[in-house]
Amino acid sequence: MSVTRFRFPFVEMPAEATQLRQEVREFLAEERANGGYTPMADCWAGGMSAEFSHKLGQRGWLGMTWDKKYGGHGRSFLERYVVTEEMLAAGAPVMAHWIADRQSGPQIIKHADPEVRDAIIPRIVAGECFCAIGMSEPGSGSDLASVSTRAEKVEGGWKVNGTKLWSTGAHGPGCDYMITLLRTSPLDTSARHKGLSQFLIDLNTPGVDVRGIADIGGQVHFNETNFEDVFVPDSHVLGEVGGGWNMVVGELALERSGPERFLSTFIVLQEAMRLLVNNPTDQTAEVLGQVVAKIKTLRRMSLGIAGLLEEGSSPEMEAALVKDMSTNFERELLEKLRRILPQNVLYSSAGLLPTLLREGVLRVPSSTLRGGTNEVLKGMIARQLGIR
Amino acid sequence: MTDSDNIIFDTASRIFADLSTPEVINEAEAGTWPEALWQAISESGLNLTWVPEENGGIGASMLDGFAVIKAAGAAAAPVPLVETLFAGWLLAQAGLQVSGETATVAIGELSLTDGKLSGSAMGVPYARNTKQIVALVETAGKAQVVQVATEQCELREQTNLAGEPADTITFNAVNVAQMGEPGNDLNGESVDAMGALIRCVQAAGALSTALELTIEYSMERVQFGRAIGKFQALQHSIAAFAGEVAAINAAADAAAEVVARAPSIDHEAWIEIATAKTRLEEAVNNGAAVAHQVHGAMGFTYEHRLHHLTRRLWSWRDEFGSDVIWARRLGEEVLSWGADELWPRITAVTDAR
Repeated sequence: MSVTRFRFPFVEMPAEATQLRQEVREFLAEERANGGYTPMADCWAGGMSAEFSHKLGQRGWLGMTWDKKYGGHGRSFLERYVVTEEMLAAGAPVMAHWIADRQSGPQIIKHADPEVRDAIIPRIVAGECFCAIGMSEPGSGSDLASVSTRAEKVEGGWKVNGTKLWSTGAHGPGCDYMITLLRTSPLDTSARHKGLSQFLIDLNTPGVDVRGIADIGGQVHFNETNFEDVFVPDSHVLGEVGGGWNMVVGELALERSGPERFLSTFIVLQEAMRLLVNNPTDQTAEVLGQVVAKIKTLRRMSLGIAGLLEEGSSPEMEAALVKDMSTNFERELLEKLRRILPQNVLYSSAGLLPTLLREGVLRVPSSTLRGGTNEVLKGMIARQLGIR
Repeated sequence: MTDSDNIIFDTASRIFADLSTPEVINEAEAGTWPEALWQAISESGLNLTWVPEENGGIGASMLDGFAVIKAAGAAAAPVPLVETLFAGWLLAQAGLQVSGETATVAIGELSLTDGKLSGSAMGVPYARNTKQIVALVETAGKAQVVQVATEQCELREQTNLAGEPADTITFNAVNVAQMGEPGNDLNGESVDAMGALIRCVQAAGALSTALELTIEYSMERVQFGRAIGKFQALQHSIAAFAGEVAAINAAADAAAEVVARAPSIDHEAWIEIATAKTRLEEAVNNGAAVAHQVHGAMGFTYEHRLHHLTRRLWSWRDEFGSDVIWARRLGEEVLSWGADELWPRITAVTDAR
């Protein structure tokens, strides 16, 4: 018996990834210095800039791991990891392309009709075409199998009716497609996961209505998308009709353990450090020690999973554990910082640090919800441990 | 660190499964030396894992040694195996010979005069069960690794929270059996750090076993007509516990990897150790709490073996600098980096060197 059932291999970055990190840092420093962006908390779900995404496309930092024959850059998962973690740590506005680069692109490459694939993938890689996720609905949040938005077979394609909810970024400029989970056969209560299919819906099709929803901070970053008799051609079905569930499960696994799960509030810590170094009390040191120990450990775990993915394994339990702990940490970091920051920072609404802190506090409730709530994750972990 | 496909780890686990039983652990706490267990360890050479062949060892890798330490922690082995490894490592740092006899490391106020060791050290693990005590003595910026015979020292028996020996030793001008200057700028801080890392690796093992016992028990124990593990409240507690186990294993393994690739405890390794010992706080606090909560009153009895693990965990988090002290040390280090170096220092450890 091995002592522990969890695997997190120690990953050392290859030389080309370390070289790449320097290039990314130089790019970010220059962009920040010349006003190309202002750092923000939760930048991957709240920092929308089509222009910035386009710049990353030009640098070759989108679609990095995708096969060159489809228009990708054929680089390693670890190189992509470096680019994404550098962007997140810097609080750069990476929201526009985030979903397309992380999960829609890989799904399109794997499951789309070749002509559709070839028309879209190079545009995603160039930072000119973005995607949204259409999974949740007004009646289906964590219980995805209950989706009721339906696609009916019509000549040459499908007719879609219903509403998708919380689709991050669907309203943004250049967000052309939504990978949408639809019911293609009536619900069979004894086999709820059957009869679901994934479609690549062009959001510019007549009958699609994207309406922004303001979050608790008043910012619009997610949406309600209504479909009224929207025609989707057969060529835009992803994979097999009826095979939607397995694709969704695979897609969710892709998004579970990346650095965006523990770095969403990191920029607040970094900017807070500028003040904290002037008041190095025991309490400050203790808090900083605790949060940095956690960040380093979470990063080590997340990177270990990236290493396993690179080898071709799918460490489901490890990924669920990391997402649960990481997203809790994003909130905890802010709570800990409040203990050591001066009153004038906590109270102020002016300046970078107070702005970041407010942004963080107001956005962090979504950390433990998005991509599957932590309660659902814990249930998955329990099943993997064999007790459920 | 790969636990499975490792022959040394498997050998250690087999020996512990046979000879570090709950009865043996209880008897050891009551004062009976587990001779059969130590015999098996010596015969297998596990006690010499970290000693290079030229110093009398078996020349296994640093990671092999950490795997043995994790297995020992997982089994709550009531013998000074990790102490003997630690002492052997310290002797080897100074190019001294290692016999493989039971040994431990003393950290305290020590001085050397005319080849004789004086001073005192508290909480010396398993001292009463050892033949040799090894220490690093720093005088006027110069470090010496020294070895003395335990029988020549004045020993006051004390224990840690787990009932493991943690004796107070007084050295009254004790004859030094061998001594030498360590290489690689080894100092008191690095010896302390190595001790802290060893405790983290042991704790990662012990917490892993506690999780396995907890999972098993939650499936056996029936209340309200079903196994208690079927209740969602317990499932969520146990899932959170699993996270703590995963985290401390990841943190301890990372530190072990960095120590293994460095010639000794360099600054980068020190940071990884500080990280692991700091992370140990929540792992032990939260993990042990869930383990006991799920085991109920049964796990609160002396008869149940859970306390062999939890009492050690509660001790080990305090030894070689408590988790809180290490958090403060790490925080002081982080403050010295400043805002712009924070992220680069976090990523440096995994970048290509």
